[in-house]
Amino acid sequence: MISELGHFALIMALGVAAVQAFTGLAGPWRGNENWSAIVAPAALLQAVLVSLSFAALTHAFVTSDFSLAIVANNSHTLKPMLYKVSGVWGNHEGSMLMWALILALYGGAVAFFGGNLRPSLKARVLAVQALIGIGILAFILFTSNPFARLSPAPFDGSGLNPLLQDPGLAFHPPLLYLGYVGLSTTFSFAAAALIEGRIDAAWARWVRPWTLAAWGFLTGGIALGSWWAYYELGWGGWWFWDPVENASFMPWLAATALLHSAIVSEKRDALKAWTVFLAIIAFALSLLGTFLVRSGVLTSVHAFASDPSRGVFILAFLVVTVGAAFALFAWRGPNLTGRGTFDPISREGGLVINNFLLTVAAASVLLGTLYPMFLDVLDLGKVSVGAPYFNTVFIPMMIPAIILMGVAPLMQWKRGDGAKAVARLKFVFMIAAAVGFGFWLFLDRASALASFGMALAAWLLAATLYEFASRVRLFEPGLADTWRRIRHQPRASWGMTLAHGGLAIAVAGMTASSAWRSESIQVMHPGDTVTVSGYEFTLKGAETIQGPNYQALQGRFEVNQGGRLLYTLVPEKRTYLVSRQPTTEAAIQPTFLGDLYAVIGDADGKGGYVTRLYFNPLVPWMWTGALIMVLGAGISLTDRRYRIGAPSKRPARQEAEPEAGAGAKA
Amino acid sequence: MIKRLLFLTPILVLGVLAIYFTLGLQRDSKILPSVLINTPVPEFSLAAIEGAEQGFSSLDLKGKVTLVNIFGSWCYACLAEHPFLMQLTKNKVLPIYGIDWREQDRTSGPRWLKRRGNPYVLVGDDPKSRGAIAFGVTGAPESFIVDKAGIIRYKHIGVINEANWNQTLFPIVQKLRQK
Repeated sequence: MISELGHFALIMALGVAAVQAFTGLAGPWRGNENWSAIVAPAALLQAVLVSLSFAALTHAFVTSDFSLAIVANNSHTLKPMLYKVSGVWGNHEGSMLMWALILALYGGAVAFFGGNLRPSLKARVLAVQALIGIGILAFILFTSNPFARLSPAPFDGSGLNPLLQDPGLAFHPPLLYLGYVGLSTTFSFAAAALIEGRIDAAWARWVRPWTLAAWGFLTGGIALGSWWAYYELGWGGWWFWDPVENASFMPWLAATALLHSAIVSEKRDALKAWTVFLAIIAFALSLLGTFLVRSGVLTSVHAFASDPSRGVFILAFLVVTVGAAFALFAWRGPNLTGRGTFDPISREGGLVINNFLLTVAAASVLLGTLYPMFLDVLDLGKVSVGAPYFNTVFIPMMIPAIILMGVAPLMQWKRGDGAKAVARLKFVFMIAAAVGFGFWLFLDRASALASFGMALAAWLLAATLYEFASRVRLFEPGLADTWRRIRHQPRASWGMTLAHGGLAIAVAGMTASSAWRSESIQVMHPGDTVTVSGYEFTLKGAETIQGPNYQALQGRFEVNQGGRLLYTLVPEKRTYLVSRQPTTEAAIQPTFLGDLYAVIGDADGKGGYVTRLYFNPLVPWMWTGALIMVLGAGISLTDRRYRIGAPSKRPARQEAEPEAGAGAKA
Repeated sequence: MIKRLLFLTPILVLGVLAIYFTLGLQRDSKILPSVLINTPVPEFSLAAIEGAEQGFSSLDLKGKVTLVNIFGSWCYACLAEHPFLMQLTKNKVLPIYGIDWREQDRTSGPRWLKRRGNPYVLVGDDPKSRGAIAFGVTGAPESFIVDKAGIIRYKHIGVINEANWNQTLFPIVQKLRQK
């Protein structure tokens, strides 16, 4: 019964979305205020209805209602409650419903928080949002109904892929969807602005918080997914340039570019067409990701149930949605001229160059991801494009981008003084050079590139801290004044400092873990000791244990250094009862300098076990860096300028804030 | 005018991409053919694994349709594939030859086979990837159908199971036998 209500709520939501789309477009067009007034309540109602539907599906999973086909195929009574819930989105139908849910929630949020939007713009934004919703809801109802019944209902479910039974994986799809679908909001803003033919500084300011929210979720989602691959796949790698990973990375690059170009549009009334273009392309890349993952046009280790017939729908949806936006862009775009003049040596100049680098990087990832398909279609053979291509193409573009990230925040808007900014950074440069040279001299003379990477990370971190210090005038007399400035820094500028600093820390982690990993693979008997990077791993023993729905071989390692017991590591090799599929649960002990990583494999029958032991330097820095970046986005979002219903007229005291602070908002 | 064209570019690019995607959807991307298909098996000679007398060389593959399977005791997917290979051998479907790839030590491969059964006519020990390189292997498990003349006719990446055996591999074997 509850499932039928959920199904019904979904049908109602489709109807409401249709009303919302019609009134949102026709209202402002015909000047009919009664129609326009319906749009926001419709968006809220749609959000409530889709939420109800999602709650009904969750209820079916929690109560193990195996008369629903989706529950029978993806759940099991033995599964722990957490994974019963995450099973809701661990399959095609449920994940599409989650997509629709997040879309509707974003629409509801625009309706709720958008009190200070121009009414005509708000109506049109919500109309575009509703059009996207119609597409997704129709797709779910007509091709992927999660509420389809199964008769006869089986006695028990057929489980969940055990690789999916993991907290990292349980929570990374919702985060990624919050990011992907969050970009639908910026897309709607772009399309609405093109329909209106009006893009101004206010529009750019309204777009920024939504971009920021999506970007924060996307950053968190990508990091969580990478973390999952790192500990679950059991060999210490964390990024594989797999098509599915690229599918989440491309929108991230586009969103990062959008975040920065929207600043230029807001502050300098320039780059309008470009910002709109990025807003469209960021969502287009999100949809492309969905298409690539679900349609099976590309081979990926993430074997999500792919199905070409679903691919056709998603492709059609992508072409119609993005095509319509691009058609609007071709029609209205040429008239979007900015007033701001441009000096290449200025903060906006730096932002434009970085925008260019990010866009080209996204394009090269796109090319590498799609290249195998192009060749295949043209019958030029089957190839797979792997890490070597991406590393050679991507990394060289990120090097100038990171160097520039250190310089640009120190430059003025309009007309910067490049020589002055560079001169101010000479100490930062010396720190970076010393770090790079130190790594080269003391750690690894064979790999100059890795030492250079560490120097880049040091450069970015030092430059970011220096920029913050000079913004609060740390180097000038008057500590009280500095303290006052620290407390009055706008939240958005904290956001920039944290995001840039977080990236610096993450870059250090990525470089070190790629360049200086040490590993040791061998058969060990209880009592054997193997030394990896100065850590002595002793296998104390291994035993078979019973989990709630799996059986596991559990090993115990003691890690000593200089005769002192530091840690005990307990890796497992699990076999799930329902699917008989084995999974590796690596034991990971993070330390400041890196992760101790132990994996236990098969028994050799003579009392020995295959073990793999790694030291992965600075890996925790990657996750910490990503967390700091997300934190930066979160803090930036609470900036008073974005605050709910904040009137566009600010109190006079705020207007008098020093320009140096306002200029640094990022 | 040039400006108009510039703004038209995105939709044109999207159009081209859409055509590619539509064509791409008609394809099965999981077939990764090897350059070695329809070429003779490159010459190789692998030592016997511990406990066996005879190794495995390219000369063993002449005169009958055979399946060459790359496996390793370290490879989980091979473990999943193993029971089906046992079944093929038990039912005398075709001779299967094994390349025991990249073992950590000489004993783990033989022990793995002893515990789970040995479906192979001959097994070659391949710690240095000589045989694997000869076949252009990208990972384990991988299997090759070799015809009577010793020519590689088909490459299968990943686990062989009942479904793909009946649907794809076995029909190829039957066709080659009729030649």
